[in-house]
Amino acid sequence: MPCSFFLCRVTMASSCAQLCLKCRSLLCSKTVATTWQHSTQVRHCRTVTPVITKVLNGSSFFSGNHRTSPASQRWKQQMFCYSELSVKHLATEAKEDKFKEELSRADVVAYKSPLLPVNEIQMPLDLDAAAEFSALEEITHEEAVSISVPAAIPPSSTSLRDYVDKSETLSKLVQLGVNLWKLEQRPNVGTMLLKLDFNMDVAPRLLFLKHIGVEESHIGYIITHNPFILTEDLESLQARVNYLKSKKFSSETVASMVSRAPYLLNFSVKRLDNRLGFYQQQLNLSASNTRNIIARLPRLLCGSLEPVKENLKVCEIELGFKENEIQHIALTVPKVLTANKRKLTQLFDFIHNTMKVPHHLITKFPQVLNTKYLRVRERHLFLEFLGKAQYDPDLPNYISLDRLVSLPDEIFCTELALATLEDFYLFQKTL
Amino acid sequence: MAAPAVRMFRRVEGLFCVYKPSGVHWKLVRDNIETKLLKGLNAAPSQPCPQEVRFLAQPGGDAEAPKGLTLSVASVPALSKHPLVTGPEFQYLQVGVGHRLDAFSSGVLVLAVGNGNKILNDLYRTRITRVHLVFHCLGSATDDFSHMGHVVERSTYGHITQDKLDRVLAMLQGANQKSLLMYSNVDMRSQEAYEMAVQGLLGPDGKSAPILTGLRCIRFEPPNFTIEVQCLNETQKYLRKVVHEIGLELRSTAVCKGVRRTRDGPFTLQDALTRHHWTASDIMQAIQQYKSSKKNKNYSRSKVKEPGLHPLEENTTDSHSHSDR
Repeated sequence: MPCSFFLCRVTMASSCAQLCLKCRSLLCSKTVATTWQHSTQVRHCRTVTPVITKVLNGSSFFSGNHRTSPASQRWKQQMFCYSELSVKHLATEAKEDKFKEELSRADVVAYKSPLLPVNEIQMPLDLDAAAEFSALEEITHEEAVSISVPAAIPPSSTSLRDYVDKSETLSKLVQLGVNLWKLEQRPNVGTMLLKLDFNMDVAPRLLFLKHIGVEESHIGYIITHNPFILTEDLESLQARVNYLKSKKFSSETVASMVSRAPYLLNFSVKRLDNRLGFYQQQLNLSASNTRNIIARLPRLLCGSLEPVKENLKVCEIELGFKENEIQHIALTVPKVLTANKRKLTQLFDFIHNTMKVPHHLITKFPQVLNTKYLRVRERHLFLEFLGKAQYDPDLPNYISLDRLVSLPDEIFCTELALATLEDFYLFQKTL
Repeated sequence: MAAPAVRMFRRVEGLFCVYKPSGVHWKLVRDNIETKLLKGLNAAPSQPCPQEVRFLAQPGGDAEAPKGLTLSVASVPALSKHPLVTGPEFQYLQVGVGHRLDAFSSGVLVLAVGNGNKILNDLYRTRITRVHLVFHCLGSATDDFSHMGHVVERSTYGHITQDKLDRVLAMLQGANQKSLLMYSNVDMRSQEAYEMAVQGLLGPDGKSAPILTGLRCIRFEPPNFTIEVQCLNETQKYLRKVVHEIGLELRSTAVCKGVRRTRDGPFTLQDALTRHHWTASDIMQAIQQYKSSKKNKNYSRSKVKEPGLHPLEENTTDSHSHSDR
């Protein structure tokens, strides 16, 4: 009966070992926690453990049983490790590194053969042996200090803050400036980050980013927006950088592109090539102009091409721009390619029909297509109220469109409208 | 000891009004204000990371148990309390909206933050007058009563003069005043009704049909004219319908070119914050202003209080509006 009692303890131990696999890469203190719990449970059945220690000392274990089946060997090994652990706990030897080695072995072995051989084998137990260790016995200071208190880390949690102090990867990421709170909102990213090993996975990629020229202050931003860069294959990352360099992007440009579009290096060479070809063809630009646009707005390479195609069609058909005008607009303000269709149309409608600005003037100052509709509206109506809304360069008192939209409020009021800022705010309340 | 962000939050709780531009849904305005307030609150200096004391044993390289005790003490910051791990201190704010304005209209929109929402409820369950400026254009009628709808009818308006307009407005006002008496649940022949009328407390309680307590023509330049409307329980669509009805009364047709709310209870156009002032510091200032003005009003009102009658604090705004007329 004590035998089955002990066996069921071991099954519980192994099932808890399975639970702790969710955070497998944590430091061994986690396994210490579970095994400590179970070794304390094991300790309660006093009759059993001293038997095991007696049996396992030296080679008497192997000489005692001549079974050669692999299952029993594995079980013996498992038993060995678990009771090794219990031996270590009870004897309180302070072997930090060897201790961890035993624990990791126990972890590995427990994973391999969780439940199956345990029920098969009956071990002869000496029921008359008295308990050797009691919880109230006195131990020396060294032994007391070397008892490591298990940390209360939950096996699974909804937040990374329970693991950040214990995990080397997470603490180093926080020190780099990665916003863990934002990342844990995304599904599965938290588990993925916990499973990464700092020296094997994270450090080589950080070194790679530094090598291509990304500044250290930007690394936190990149990882916050794209944590999957830490799981990309190093060879493919290098291949993509080489491809961009072969397209004559300089290394500083590549570094700045990666900093501003964190997902850039996750895309395959084929996709990058496809997109570069698309922009060059659709806009009929030379290679250097395409490079210019992409370097200024690298997220053009990351997003889907459908909205861009729609925007180009809108510009051509609905807004009525000619091809060379669209080219010029895209070259000066690439953001128009990814703008919201409806807002773009609304803005153009106001500028062309209400402000009566012809197409060629809009092409000359494409920044007006990049502003907020309300801003343009209130400034234009203010100028109209004052009688100064004159956008034709041939007539006197001409107001240029780029100054209209890009100047801050105070300068707009004093220079263009020749009124005070308070008047402008009062006027806004009459709209 | 409250953190500086929490102290700032206490100052932000209250009521204030903004000027909603036309063409924007009121929900976007509310979300924008919430985002800006959160940005301002989270920008307050946060408390530093608490330190945790850890004992680290000296690493022993050899296989024997170390003799003697060597421990090193290290005080490390507890990263679990770092703002990059826990997130910003304030993540949501309760910002409530007073009487809503539809996308087409503009004007004073009252918003409440935090505890101010409770005051907002009380304020709007009582009778609050709102003043709107409604802009008309004579000559056509549309299906949704606004100038952007599908034109249904056209008519001439040459025969309309200011005089006729005033007469029509006066008639409308009279009819509405009568309905005001009707909706108040008091017997018209009692002393109680007389006293309430003297105080200006007659009127519907809670929800009722929209009532226009005052109509006044401000500008008349045919085909456009502007009317100032003081009303209770109205919606902007009802106001546009009123425009249409005025056109019909004048034996012509009219459409509404715009509705602008200039006053909502104690909040006027003067106090409204324009888009450029939607920052945490400006909003805090506006809330402090409202709180101080409320205190002044309470103080002056307590002197005028008559024994035997208990006028509610909010109803005096109603009496103010009546006296303004």
